[in-house]
Amino acid sequence: MIRMDALMEKQYDIMDVSLLAGKIMLESGAETYRVEDTMMRIALSYGIEESHSFVTPTGIMFSIETDEPTKTKLMRISSRTTDLYKVSAVNAISRRISAGELTISAAYKELKSIQKAPMFFSFLIQIAAAASTSGCFVILLKGSWDNVLPAMLAGALAYFLVLKVADIVPTMFFSEFIAALAGGATAYFLFSLGFGSDLDRIIVGTLIPLVPGLLITNAVRDLMAGHFISGLAKGAEALLTALAIGTGIAVVMTLI
Amino acid sequence: MTIITNMLFSFLAAASFGIMFNVPKSLLLKCGTVGMAGWMVYYFLSENQVDPLLSTVAAAFTIALIGHIYARVYKTPVIIFTIAGIIPLVPGGTAYRAMRSFVQNDYNTAINLAAKAFMISGSIALGLILSDVLYQLILRRKVPASK
Repeated sequence: MIRMDALMEKQYDIMDVSLLAGKIMLESGAETYRVEDTMMRIALSYGIEESHSFVTPTGIMFSIETDEPTKTKLMRISSRTTDLYKVSAVNAISRRISAGELTISAAYKELKSIQKAPMFFSFLIQIAAAASTSGCFVILLKGSWDNVLPAMLAGALAYFLVLKVADIVPTMFFSEFIAALAGGATAYFLFSLGFGSDLDRIIVGTLIPLVPGLLITNAVRDLMAGHFISGLAKGAEALLTALAIGTGIAVVMTLI
Repeated sequence: MTIITNMLFSFLAAASFGIMFNVPKSLLLKCGTVGMAGWMVYYFLSENQVDPLLSTVAAAFTIALIGHIYARVYKTPVIIFTIAGIIPLVPGGTAYRAMRSFVQNDYNTAINLAAKAFMISGSIALGLILSDVLYQLILRRKVPASK
């Protein structure tokens, strides 16, 4: 009986490791099929021949089949960000588990430390990166050089607001709306002060860091892989984000 | 000269997006090259009067193809390379002009531009899908397992 308990506990541990890996990946912006695949691979590496995972953007269901009754666990996912470092780190862990290099408890510990890992780049560097993309796009869209500086300033402000407002006001899409509003207003303000010559290109450059590129790409990937619920949900999120940005900029334009 | 500026700035744009998405440091430059390759395909085709939709498909296809190769070589998820690469192709300018026309009550132009932005988004998706299909057909058969 004691052996049986130990065996059951081990199976629950395997589920915990799989679910934690899946949760980190999903919260960091991995594609649905990758999350499902990783979870089933981890379970398989620990000797669970048959497992089923059902992943949507808002929750994971995972069940394993053994000689005993099926065990199922559900995990709710409430926040999603983009952190590709975590996706690749969990992917590397999953590879090592498949190669038999990690025990269950070691894997769990490593995953926990990945989950807690802070962003690689400091906040300031991220803002600088946003400014750099905004500036680059003005040039890529055939704008002239005098538009680069206002786009960089407004783009940095917009990205700063997206990150900060989301912490203060948890309502979805509100931070994008505020960021587009403030970014557009700043761009117009700088333009009317005499910086730059082409307001349209400055505003497009400003908004580029806010574009939901990850969601669009993932939505398509998911749909094509047959994950219709995830694909539609991510598509809806991308569309609403785009609409929030559009509304923010529309408010600026009606005021001009 | 414009070619060099375009190469430089598309590289910088994709790498900066990599920073915003927290791509591991060692892969940032690769993200940049993927973005640069995609943008240059788009740039050359659209400069030579190829339809923008077709140029977008070709560019997205190139991005995903290089992404798949990098993913295999560096053993990381392909998503790391494609996302940053795709960004320059996103029809932000067209979508913005559509929005502006809507606000100015110029619905005819607005619908026109919105449809165009929608078609370009679809082209990006198509390019990615074509590349995925090709990858599954050829590359995966050549180098089996070891995923």
